Amino acid sequence: MSGRDPRSDAPGARSPATQVDGAAGPHPAAQRDPNQFAPRLVGRRRWGVAFQVICLVATLVGVVVLALLLVDIIMDGAGRLSLAFLDNFPSRFADRSGVKPALWGSAWALLLTVVIAFPLGVGTAIWLEEYAPDNRFTRLVETNIANLAGVPSIVYGILGLALFVRAMAMGRTLLAAGATLALLILPVIVVASQEALKAVPGSIRLGAYALGATRWEAVRYHVFPLALPGILTGTILALSRAVGETAPVIMVGALAFMSYVPDHPLDDGFTVLPFQLYSWVAKPGADFQELAAATGIVLLVLLLVMNGGAIYLRNKFTGER
Amino acid sequence: MNQDASAVAAEPSFGTGAAGLKRRHGKERVVGAVLLAFSAVSILTTLGIVAVLLFESPAFFAEVSPLAFLTGTKWTPLFQDQSFGVLPLLVGSLVIAGGAALVALPLGLLAAIYLAEYARNGVRRVLKPVLEILAGVPTVVYGYFALTFVTPILKGIWPGMDTYNALSAALVMGVMIIPMVSSLSEDAMSAVPRSLREGAYALGATKFEVATRTVLPAALSGIVASFILAVSRAIGETMIVTIAAGATANLTLNPLRSVQTMTAYIAQTATGEAPHGSVEYRTIFAVGLTLFAITLLMNLVSAMVLRRYREAYE
Repeated sequence: MSGRDPRSDAPGARSPATQVDGAAGPHPAAQRDPNQFAPRLVGRRRWGVAFQVICLVATLVGVVVLALLLVDIIMDGAGRLSLAFLDNFPSRFADRSGVKPALWGSAWALLLTVVIAFPLGVGTAIWLEEYAPDNRFTRLVETNIANLAGVPSIVYGILGLALFVRAMAMGRTLLAAGATLALLILPVIVVASQEALKAVPGSIRLGAYALGATRWEAVRYHVFPLALPGILTGTILALSRAVGETAPVIMVGALAFMSYVPDHPLDDGFTVLPFQLYSWVAKPGADFQELAAATGIVLLVLLLVMNGGAIYLRNKFTGER
Repeated sequence: MNQDASAVAAEPSFGTGAAGLKRRHGKERVVGAVLLAFSAVSILTTLGIVAVLLFESPAFFAEVSPLAFLTGTKWTPLFQDQSFGVLPLLVGSLVIAGGAALVALPLGLLAAIYLAEYARNGVRRVLKPVLEILAGVPTVVYGYFALTFVTPILKGIWPGMDTYNALSAALVMGVMIIPMVSSLSEDAMSAVPRSLREGAYALGATKFEVATRTVLPAALSGIVASFILAVSRAIGETMIVTIAAGATANLTLNPLRSVQTMTAYIAQTATGEAPHGSVEYRTIFAVGLTLFAITLLMNLVSAMVLRRYREAYE
């Protein structure tokens, strides 16, 4: 890590330039003749400082916009936040509206997504890292996963609409949404789990084999437990992407006005927090904009909790190792 | 082959006799097959996407000729007077992605240079995660921000602009994809070996010259790849454009006008009640196929740039 840091080599590297400075400074003739060596060090250094400031400003643009976004949404929405907001159904009347079905819908969708995506993603990663022979099929799976990660989320929505909602006749249900989101985050979980498995030293596997373990026993009892914190961190981050996705649930058919909370994954009709936000943004009137902002706050808090959990997990286990 | 499943579940019972070994190796085969089946799901997902798009699109292209689709300049499938020229949507997507690129490519690259070459370790440890939060904010929240915060400011500058306009969406989307450019470019620049920098310093280069004339060219393949990926992401993004850019498929390059992108059209049609099997419903798949083909192509080109033009060290 320290070897990568360009700062650490700055003092040693700068001294040759300083020597050039001393040698070439006092020759006024050198500045007129274009063929003569003219280091122009003052100007170059000054430009260097200016460039550093430009780079810093460019970096801070993103930070400032993020701050503006958070302040904007909190100013707009904080007034609408209350326990009643979390426990009310959407309504024509802004004052009585709430996000209860969206909150429950998001919780359901998260649960279904993780139930489907976690075994598939971790299984794929284990197969790729621990089992797969180095052949065409393996390379095809890996290339394919890299490409899937770049497919727009709305295209997954189209797949969900045609495959889960229509062909498998799930209808506009939480299960269809969960399955669509699971396919969407599958590549993320696979890649994160692969990284975690790669980080487990080979000696652990060899030790297990030496004691007579089969491949699965070595993975199940030795490699997997060591990789688990990394896998969980990656999974939580992937889930936080799923919970914020709107486009796929639009395609699967989330409803803007849910007057009940679905009882089970195949109950007809559902909504989730980002879709509720969208349906309120699309309505005219300042009241509904405030509701949208308040929904945004709820969503961001949920994401904050999830990401906080992921960071906590990572720190806890990297400290112990 | 697994007579005592409950005992196995309770604690690992490693039978070492002939029967135990047979059972364990049988289990090994089953597990291998299951994991292989799991891995096949990702392949099936790709096949599913391609199959769905290719299965539903021919019905559309039976009614609308591909030539009319690709060269037509009017897109009004949801109106009485139907017209199926995809160019307004395509141009809408490109205008907004282009605008986003104008914001994100310079800012992202400069941020990457700062993080890789200038920032102290402590500063980088704070700035990097903060920039990555930008990529984690749900796009629907960006859409809200564009419509309720950025658009009013822009209207103060250009009072005549449409409430739903390309500029606001492009600016906000540009900020959203900054972290894609900055983190991938920074990785590429950090991977340039220190000896190259030291060689440049030894020849009398200043820090700026080392960063821009030595490190930047050496990391160029990674940087270009990150640019392409970021633009591809911008083309595929749905919510910002759906909320802030509007639902009018104008064929225009004017960023102050309302435009509709391919993604926004798909989302709009899905929320409306286009009857299943109608030509309106099928437009989803024809436009989806176009979108999928464009983003896939860009992702493949990005991967190719990374592979083909990588400066290999060591």
